[in-house]
Order: sequence, then C-alpha cells, then structure tokens
Amino acid sequence: MPEVIKIKKGVDIKLQGEAEKIYASTDAPSTYALKPSDFPGIRMKLKAREGDEVQAGDPIFYDKDRPEVTFGSPVSGEIAEVVRGEKRRILEVRILADQEIRYRDFKAADPAALGRDEVKGKILQAGMWPVVRQRPYNIIANPNRVPRDIWVSCFDSAPLAPDADFIVHGQEEEFKLGIKALMQLTDGKVHLGVDGRTNPSEAFKIDGTQLHRFNGPHPAGNPGVQIHAVAPINKGETIWTVGLQEVIMIGRLFKTGKYDAQKSIALAGAQVTKPRYYKLLNGANLKGILEGNVANQKNRYISGNVLTGTKISSEGYLSYYDNQVTVMPEGGEDEFFGWLAPGFNKFSISRAVFSWLSPNKRLNLDANMNGEERAFVVTGEYEKVFPFDIYPVQLLKSIMIKDIEAMENLGIYEVAEEDMALCEVVCTSKIPVQETLREGLDLMLNELGD
Amino acid sequence: MKLFKNILESVKPHFVDGGKLEKYYPVYDGFATFLFTPGHTSHSGAHVRDAIDLKRTMVTVIFAMVPALLFGMWNAGNLHYGALGLAETVGFWDKFLWGALKIVPMLIVSYGVGLGVEFIFCIIKKHQIQEGFLVSGMLIPLIMPIDIPLWMVAVSVVFAVVIGKEVFGGTGMNILNPALTARAFAFFAYPTYMSGDKVWINTSAAEGQSVVDGFSGATVLGSYATGGEVGYSTMDMFLGFIPGSIGETSTLAVLIGAAILLYTGIGSWRIMLSGLIGALAMGLIFNTFAEYAISPEQQSFMAVPAWQQLIMGGFAFGLVFMATDPVSAAQTDKGKIIYGFLVGFFAIMIRVFNPAYPEGIMLAILFMNVMAPLIDHYVVQGNINKRKKRLATVKAA
Repeated sequence: MPEVIKIKKGVDIKLQGEAEKIYASTDAPSTYALKPSDFPGIRMKLKAREGDEVQAGDPIFYDKDRPEVTFGSPVSGEIAEVVRGEKRRILEVRILADQEIRYRDFKAADPAALGRDEVKGKILQAGMWPVVRQRPYNIIANPNRVPRDIWVSCFDSAPLAPDADFIVHGQEEEFKLGIKALMQLTDGKVHLGVDGRTNPSEAFKIDGTQLHRFNGPHPAGNPGVQIHAVAPINKGETIWTVGLQEVIMIGRLFKTGKYDAQKSIALAGAQVTKPRYYKLLNGANLKGILEGNVANQKNRYISGNVLTGTKISSEGYLSYYDNQVTVMPEGGEDEFFGWLAPGFNKFSISRAVFSWLSPNKRLNLDANMNGEERAFVVTGEYEKVFPFDIYPVQLLKSIMIKDIEAMENLGIYEVAEEDMALCEVVCTSKIPVQETLREGLDLMLNELGD
Repeated sequence: MKLFKNILESVKPHFVDGGKLEKYYPVYDGFATFLFTPGHTSHSGAHVRDAIDLKRTMVTVIFAMVPALLFGMWNAGNLHYGALGLAETVGFWDKFLWGALKIVPMLIVSYGVGLGVEFIFCIIKKHQIQEGFLVSGMLIPLIMPIDIPLWMVAVSVVFAVVIGKEVFGGTGMNILNPALTARAFAFFAYPTYMSGDKVWINTSAAEGQSVVDGFSGATVLGSYATGGEVGYSTMDMFLGFIPGSIGETSTLAVLIGAAILLYTGIGSWRIMLSGLIGALAMGLIFNTFAEYAISPEQQSFMAVPAWQQLIMGGFAFGLVFMATDPVSAAQTDKGKIIYGFLVGFFAIMIRVFNPAYPEGIMLAILFMNVMAPLIDHYVVQGNINKRKKRLATVKAA
C-alpha cells in the first residue's frame, strides 16, 4: 500500500440525509435529456432532429470545432423535443425512451490488444468521448492530444456523496477493463486516488497503475487536488480525468460493445424521505424517484452535490457528470437580526457563529446566502479550505480584471470550479467564486485554445 | 418583529425606482438589511453558504472591544477623581458614570458623523451601505484622549472616512486603517490636544475641589521620553490604571479582546504573534545597546525590559485591533508574518528613538499599511517564480 498523502486544508460539511447503502427499485424513467450546459466551452451542433429514431450510442450532438466528438444517446427511442432558450440556444434535448432499449453494437474488444487510436476511436464512435475531461480548463478532452497522465479519483468527498466502494461492488471487472482502456491513451501513468481514511476496495488495485491514498477533508476527493498534491500541472501540459462511474461505462463498452450509460445515483439530502441509491441511465428524468419521496415543502432540487451541482426542477434530468441528486430546503425567509443570531444550526468555519459548540451535528442547511455581496474584506479564509499552493484571492482578482498573464502565473491551469467551491461557501463577502473562475477559464480557452 | 417588517414594507414604495425618495434607496437598504438579514438564496455556484457575513464579522470585533471600552470609562473617572484626591472617597459606579458621560457622547459623535458621511457617499455612488465603519466608529473614540473636544472628533472622523476610505472606493479598498487615519489627522492638526502631559486626565475641578499637590498627568511613555519619574508599577500598567488614550491603557482588557478575535478566527494570529515577537526583538536590541545611548533619558528608555514595552502605551491595543485590520494589513499568510513583525519592531523603535512621538504604534501601523501591498507583491511573486521554476525543470527533463 502506498503511503497516505495528507490533505490538511478543507472542510467536511456534515449534512442530514445521507443515502442508505441499499438500491431502491424504480420504474425506468420514460424520458431522458442531454443538456449542453453540462459541457462548458463547447459549441454544440445538433445531429439528430425532433422525431428522429435513435439507438443507444447514436449521436445527438457533436462538437462544432471537433466533429469527431459526438454525444451519444443514453437510450433508444425518439427525439421528443428540443428545448430552446434565449437566442435559440439549446437547453435540453429530450428523448422518449423505448420500453426495451436497443443498443448500437460497437463490437466488444480487449483494450489491451488494441492500439491507442483504436481504443480512442471506439470511445469516440460510441458517443462516449465526453466522459473524458481534461485539465486545464476542466472541459471535454481534446482527443488529438496525448495526455501526460490520466487521473481517476476513486472516491468523492463532497457532502452526501455516494460511496465509491458500494458503487464499484459487482462491477470490478468493468472497472478494470475501463482502466486498461485508459492505459492505452497515455504515455504516462493512469493514477488512481483512493480514500486513505477507509480501507478501499480491492477493485482499485490494478497492475500497471499508480495508486495514491489521500487522507483529509473535502476537497481531498477532487482529482484537481490529488493531481496538485502528486505532480502539479504545468503550462503546456494536459492531464485527463475520468470519473469512477465513467471508467465503468468505458469498461462496459469494451466488454459488451454497447454504450450502457447506467450509473448508481445516491438520492440524498434532508428533504428526502428515504435516501437510497438508484440505478439509472445517464440523463434520466428524476420525477420518478423524487415524487412522493420528498418532504412537502419549498425544496431545492440539485443534480449533483450542494457545492457544485445544478439546480433543477422536481421533474428535471440528471446531469451528465453527476453521481448524486440532493434535495434540500430552499429557505428564502428574511431573518430578524440574522447577523446577530447565534446560528446554532448553521454552517460556518468561523467560530463567530455558534455552531462550533456542536461540531459533529449533522445540519439541515437551506440555500440562503446569509448576507449580501461585498468587496473582499476578510483575508485568509479561502486559504483554510483550498489545498493548493495557489493564492486564491489574487487569482480571482486577476480574473476580474481579465489579466491573462497574471491568471497563468497564478496557477489557473491547475484548478477547476469544484476545487474552489468551498472558497465560495466560506466567503464572508459572498463573492461568486465558481462563476468568476469559469469566466477566467473560458477567457483563457478563447484566447489560447486548449 | 412583525411591526418592523410592516414599517419597512410600508415605506419601501417610496424608495424603490419611481418612488419619491428613490435616490435614498441605499439608506433604506442599509436599515432594512440591518433589521432583517435578507432571505435571498444562492442562484449560482454553491447552494449552501457559510452563516458569516460582513455584519457578523464587524459586530464580533465590536464585542471584542467592549472590555477595553468599559474599562476605559471607569479608568477615566478613576484618574479624574484621583487627580482631585478623591479616588478613595468616590465609589466605583460614580467613577464609571463620570467616564461614561464623557465617552458616550464621543461614541455618538463618531458613529453619527461617520455613518452620515458613509450614507452620503452611498447615495451619491448608488452603493449599498457597507459595514466597515461599524468598527472604525468604535475604535476612534477609544484611541483619543479623554479631553478632546467633540468637534475635533467629528472633523477627524470626516477626514478619515473621506480621505482614508471613500476616495479609494469604500470598505475593502482603503490603503490606510481609517481609525488610525483619524488619529493621525487629529495628532498633527491639533497637537496640543493630542500629546503632552495635560490631555490624558481630566482635571476640571468643581467648586470646593482642587487638583492635588504634585499631580502629574504624564503617561508612562511620556515620562520615559522626558526622563521623568514613572509613578506606576508594572501591575498598574498591565491592568491599566494609567493615563493614556481611552481604550488603550488596560493590557488585560485588550487581551480579552484578543482572545475573542483569535478564538473566533476573525483576528489574524499571524499578525498578533509576529507583532509581539517583533516588539520583543526591538526591545531586546535596545536592552543590549542601552549603554551606547546618546542621552540619559534615552538610556533609561532603552533599558526598559523588552517585555515591559508590551504593556505600556497603545502597543497592545494597536496590535490587536488595528494592525489586524484585514483590508489594510498584508493579505497573504506569509506577508502577514512579515507585516506583523515589522509593525512591532517599528512601534518600539519609533517610541524610543523619537521623543516627539512618544507612541510609536500609530505611525508604525500606518507605515506598514503603506508597505503591505509591497510585501504581498513579493510573497505572491515568490509563488509565481516557484511555478515558473517547476515548469523550467519539467522542460529541461
């Protein structure tokens, strides 16, 4: 076992409503959706039209700048609706699923016996390439590059995140096959990051990969944090990251020749009556698992976790990279002298709020901002939850003034929104950190390309 | 609570767009958010947010200053009656009340004038009211002598808020600590009210009272600077039974405040600790070289034990409450250590070497406020260079 790398900075927000490790059954949802907003920095072109019949794996979209990158349909069925917003921007493409899913056959193969281009070609062909993302910029990987390394974080440290060992159980073979495929794509190593606080599953020990153990609070499970702790990204370098369940999907492709987009989803949060795990296909409509299973209040539905997830409606769809669905109270009530109240049931890293009296209590937090936006005043608080050798406030300020050289010098290549999400949470001045960082990343991408 | 809500709701139409008092929306908003933390919810990024906001931060600092304020009220009364030879006969509450009657008007003037100026700027600039002055407004009376006329407090506050803060863009943008800007203004504009040995103790005698024989109103630092007799024990200095600016005398009260700031995590331990070390370092250097002093006064001052420097004058108060102001201090963790060290170092140096400024902490902090961006620049540059070096090694390999 490799030695444990300690991540000192960060914080675990303890929330109510952790999912019980049981798979609940549900009727297969009838509609599915692909949302272009899940893929920043990509100009999408529709390939299918309303009314078209597709099979699982058939392209729905493609990347205008790189037509070989397609976005495969998770199910077979009919393109039911293209939902558009302002300026005819596509918000969602909804697919009405068949009862029995018909899969396009991409031919099973042993990745170890294939060359790099054949492995890549198969993933691209199946419309699955978007599962591979790259740093810098945290966007879909450029398939024409060979990355320095490929990173798979085998645990999620975010609040109420699904348990990696539980998910991988029963899919060890697919996971291994997926890793074998990834090993063909880099001249460097495939790195696996596991939770040093637990005794991780044997499934993560694979010959030829580099295993790292990380011990620490969130964001220790973020690939960005792990890469930074082991071998930081330099200017000009590319690292690809693939999520745990996405590796399993790639494994299935090579095992069965199908794009089988099944994922284990943790339905969690204080408002959920029975927080459980569900097996769903990517992009699934969530109405079925939410209806009758949530408290009858003003709720906020989130695809993803409370730090980085996307707000959806109670009849919304699972986003592309998400492994959990969280339901929390919306809040929205004015609070009389809220800035003076003790705040026993609120979260804070500062002891100026009295929740420090009960540090282990699981909280039921709502979406209140708890204050108004201000200029940067308090210093040193981002640094407590940001385990990078990077000056976060200075980086954000360089983004605000659009100084590309300063952004590059200050280390923007190494971070993604998820890595700075906790900075946003703890910010006294309520600065929109993730939005700002995304603006910076998009600006760099436009100016310099990937 | 319902009542306040109703009042706010009933006047709101006047302040929103199209209302009669549309221009004064920031004032309305300031009061409304003071009474009710607005219930708006996150619309981008993280869905949960820390319960802390700037109001909470500021009010915590104010709580931390309360021990110093209360002690200052009692001490002002105690010194006043002491000068009249009545320290033994006048009771605790009478002394406290006497001080409170002098100090509460200063607080009212400071807050009233300061917030008034802020409101005017916010109305002109159409900004929300920011909370920065809540702390400055309390700090300013605490670092003034007891006998300063109220109008001087008012003028200093106006200067501090306008020149010290608003011209730079308001809270979070200022270079100098606003409270110290007010004090420095008063110090140079009205020196006779801000220094010497007449201003620290109120000696106004009522009928039938008179100042006792041999009374001296000199501060401890003043006595050292002029070679005078120091009539206070170190315990007096630590507990604060000595003349000085209103809030600065009791090291104990300041330490209680420091404990609150450090435990809540609002004050920077890096600045406080390194400031302490910086002051001790300078004190020890003086102790070592005391024999080379150019005058007997200076020699006796240099020979003061380094630890005793910490409990005299405004050093402790300045270091805890003003050097740690996050806006004007260094902002990087490493920078804070350098900044704090130099604040302590220069405070003792100015105090001992320059008899014209018996209290060095004010000028030391202001000087380091100016230097803080430079310190940060080099700290951040160090980080940048490290990254560039890493890149160079990778390229070479």
